[in-house]
Amino acid sequence: MTNSISKPIIIVGGGHNGLVSATYLAKAGHKVKVLEAREVVGGAASTTSFAEGYRVSGVAHILYTLNPKICRDLQLESMGLDPGTSIDTIALGQDGNHLTLGRNAVNGVDLSQKDISAYTDFKKEFRSYAKALTPLIMNKPPRLKDMDRRDLSTLAQLGWKLRFGLGANSMREFLRVGGINIYDVLNEVFDDPRLKGAIAADAVLGHHMGPRTPTTVLTYLYRLWGEIHGAQSLPTGGMGEISETLAKAAIKAGVTIETGAKVKRIVVDEGKVSAVELETGELIEASIVISNADAKTTFLDLVGAEELDAMFCHRIDTSRSKGNTAKLHLALNSLPKFAGLSGSQLAQRLIIAPDMRYVEHAFNHAKYGEYSEQPVLEIVIPTIDDPELAPVGHHVMSISASFAPYSLKQGWENHRDRFANKIVDLIEGYASGFSDIIVARELLTPPDIEAQYNISGGHWHHGELTIDQSFMMRPVHGAAQYDTPISGLFLCGATAHPGGGVTGIPGHNSAKRILAMGAGK
Amino acid sequence: MKTYDAVVIGAGHNGLTNAAFLAKSGLDVVVLEKNDYIGGATVSREIHQGWKYSNCSYVCSLFRPEIYQALDLGRHGLEVVPLQGSVTFKKNGDYFGSYHQPTVRRREIARHSKRDADAAIRFDTDLMKWCRLIRGFLLRTPPDPASLKIRDVMEFAYLLKRFYTLTEKQIYEFIRFFTMSIAEYLEEYFESEVILAHFSGGSIIGTGLGVYSPGTAYVLLHHAMGDIDGNVGSWGFARGGMGSISEAISSSFQSMGGEVRINSEVDRIIVKGRKATGVALISGEEIKARAVISNLDAKRTFLEIMDRNDLPEQLVHRAKNFKIRGSSGKVNIALDGMPDFPALPDNSPLTLGHMHFTDTLERLERAYDEWKDDRWSRDPYVDMVIPTQYDPTMTPPGKHMMSVFVQYCPVEAEGGWTNLQRDAFGAAVIDQIAEYSPNFKELILHAEIRTPREIEAEVGLTEGNIFQGELTLDQLMFNRPFPGYSQYRGPVKNMYMCGSSTHPGGGVMGAPGVNAAREILKDLGKPDSTPQDFGDD
Repeated sequence: MTNSISKPIIIVGGGHNGLVSATYLAKAGHKVKVLEAREVVGGAASTTSFAEGYRVSGVAHILYTLNPKICRDLQLESMGLDPGTSIDTIALGQDGNHLTLGRNAVNGVDLSQKDISAYTDFKKEFRSYAKALTPLIMNKPPRLKDMDRRDLSTLAQLGWKLRFGLGANSMREFLRVGGINIYDVLNEVFDDPRLKGAIAADAVLGHHMGPRTPTTVLTYLYRLWGEIHGAQSLPTGGMGEISETLAKAAIKAGVTIETGAKVKRIVVDEGKVSAVELETGELIEASIVISNADAKTTFLDLVGAEELDAMFCHRIDTSRSKGNTAKLHLALNSLPKFAGLSGSQLAQRLIIAPDMRYVEHAFNHAKYGEYSEQPVLEIVIPTIDDPELAPVGHHVMSISASFAPYSLKQGWENHRDRFANKIVDLIEGYASGFSDIIVARELLTPPDIEAQYNISGGHWHHGELTIDQSFMMRPVHGAAQYDTPISGLFLCGATAHPGGGVTGIPGHNSAKRILAMGAGK
Repeated sequence: MKTYDAVVIGAGHNGLTNAAFLAKSGLDVVVLEKNDYIGGATVSREIHQGWKYSNCSYVCSLFRPEIYQALDLGRHGLEVVPLQGSVTFKKNGDYFGSYHQPTVRRREIARHSKRDADAAIRFDTDLMKWCRLIRGFLLRTPPDPASLKIRDVMEFAYLLKRFYTLTEKQIYEFIRFFTMSIAEYLEEYFESEVILAHFSGGSIIGTGLGVYSPGTAYVLLHHAMGDIDGNVGSWGFARGGMGSISEAISSSFQSMGGEVRINSEVDRIIVKGRKATGVALISGEEIKARAVISNLDAKRTFLEIMDRNDLPEQLVHRAKNFKIRGSSGKVNIALDGMPDFPALPDNSPLTLGHMHFTDTLERLERAYDEWKDDRWSRDPYVDMVIPTQYDPTMTPPGKHMMSVFVQYCPVEAEGGWTNLQRDAFGAAVIDQIAEYSPNFKELILHAEIRTPREIEAEVGLTEGNIFQGELTLDQLMFNRPFPGYSQYRGPVKNMYMCGSSTHPGGGVMGAPGVNAAREILKDLGKPDSTPQDFGDD
């Protein structure tokens, strides 16, 4: 026994969720060690340099509010947490007439009064649905049979919030729209094509879905859930600063963080984890292992199929986790001039998705292993409010481009440049002279994200957020409550409930679960 | 003037079923039909001289055996011939046949992939499990989840209890089955392209979804659930065409004292003091009744034959937004003889079942992409049957009738449907079949081409939607047709709905008609004559 007390909890991967989980466990008195393969912490939530003097948020570039409970629990503010400037969304119109979509209000010179008031009602209504889901998001997903006390309480809270928080009418409405597509919902509510296009883009970004794909209302609600607590923002210093702050909090709580330490194998001894083995061959004994990696990497690469039940392996193997979004980083020698866009508007989040058909057509290509002829773009220029990221007078532009399927039919090697050119040409149509101000660029396709960030499939969410891969089925049933079929092995990343985004919630929930199980003691 | 106990608007198979059960409980019932024939979309019609077409619905799979027994339809002339097997032709001249006989089935699947032959065993077992669970829910009125009434809470408790006969793993698998796309669901079992395409096709029939749309996997059930003579999973033809079903129900209804009036189009439902009191016909005649029941779809019921002032504002809004986009067309063909299919071995039984020509998931999905853009699919998915191989009563001796169901066909083709467009659509279908049957075109004596436009104009299905409303989660179970109105009662007293717009939806199933009858009888304080639970087998 004395021997096992000295063994630490090992966390494989120092992404933001790994750091959150580590800090909670350390605060509860555990000895915790985080092993990160890259030289910096943060994983997909980090800041990288893509050309000399130009830095940018590597994968995730917009913060949809870090969960306030986590900020409080981990005292992140005292660690210097800086969520940065809040931004609105601008839906770019092809004729230079753009819409500004805020948390509660939308405006645009040619927008009808009907759409303006419908937007306010819509946001309020949908935020109330998102809010009703809070008990489900902030707890381990309840099992549907043999529930424990925690599961019953989660379900009871959820039922109460739906029936009495929302009221009978709103609950019925939620149950009507909850399982369908955003396309039909938006057509019921709005007239303006740009408005519908921009909201539809929000529902599908990062997913293998088009506006007409059922379940896009749920993905939209998931994104909206972050908005309950405040507006989206661009963190000062890039997303890496958020992770650095989390690392600071972790270290203060007593966590040891080792970077440049790539784990090769999670060692399992008669169905129980005993250690991890590094690429260097070093063996580190562990009381429990928590994987911040995605499910495929964790089970198929690190643990190995031979330690697992065949049907469980089959479920992991067939789970869908191929990314569909590319990231383009551009270094600019001056600010681009978008027709009809004011200086302050340029600092917001710009969306190119002029209507829902455009978004659907962009998605059609992805189904057949092609990239979009006309992709949906999410564009930010963080250097307007945070000039430190580029040389004086210069700027960086960070673009999420959908759709760019992981398995491109012709392979990415010869098509990387063509796709990047397509994106630049598309922006040129809104901002003439754009291509002339580009001094350097970097395109990260899903295979690049896979290689650089160790995410199997290069998927933002470590796995599609469809109903069959959500809640008590995320990543697969049998491993959905953060514990896994291997005794002492847990999940804490976006691959687990409730999914991706820089929220810290999977990390929070997994730590709570581990503490409740009394594991590692 | 006479006051009926109940008047049913529309003599579709659900309207007739509903009326028959009301009559069985001793009510005085009249069914009103606008056309000069009964059956709605469950008909056999002589469009070409000497040939009877099942020109809308074309096979039975969902018709509830409980109804067959309770209404004694066998005695009223209904005979269903089981249909065996199906085939998908491949572009490269090969084919995949799906047989019922287990060893033959296994051998054929193994011919395409050895791995899939093993997977098929798992697949068949899983599917049957879901079929058995779900069919127990069909003949029950869905509970309202927002209601706190004892009846709704009890019904929920009952459903949960049934659900809990599953193991925990099965519960998750069931949820996955209910929410996944058919393509992704099947990809977890199978690897062969043609097998994936073959089993996927059934899930998009009649829907506004593609094979990769979440929520299509369960539609497989809707089509695989047929249980003629209690044989889960089999399909069948009604001898004499689909019209025989309507005729048999009507005959049973009339034998119990019911009355059917054709050529009686209803103009509106009469509402006095928030109570339905009867209907007014186009002819000006008024018919009084204690209960008014609409077999029409929800859009037609609320927006066309009811006065907006009699309805709550929210309901009008819901009716306007009710999704009922048609997505299917139909080509009915009179043939001079049996067409050849050289890909098949001589005397293959596979022509006796469903025939398809779409051999990859990509072709299926691309057909859907065109529908999303309001185009008819240039390379459509067809579900083709030649029922005259079993039933020579429908054509002159030696001749054949072919029924070709076509997915996808939009409500509004680019620029609106014209006869020219319609014929081009029909030609694309005929060309596709001819690719696999060299003598097919020469055998064609007559072809009737139906797009959603024709289906709406003739049968009265809004936008030509064969299910009287799309089968997506916002319009299923307690949401069908609208939240708060899923228990067959309309917004005014004594007014009811019994069509496919209500739970559990479309298909020649009769379940909405039965469920509505149960609710009406309850309200009128009459004995319940409807079947409810499926007997365990």
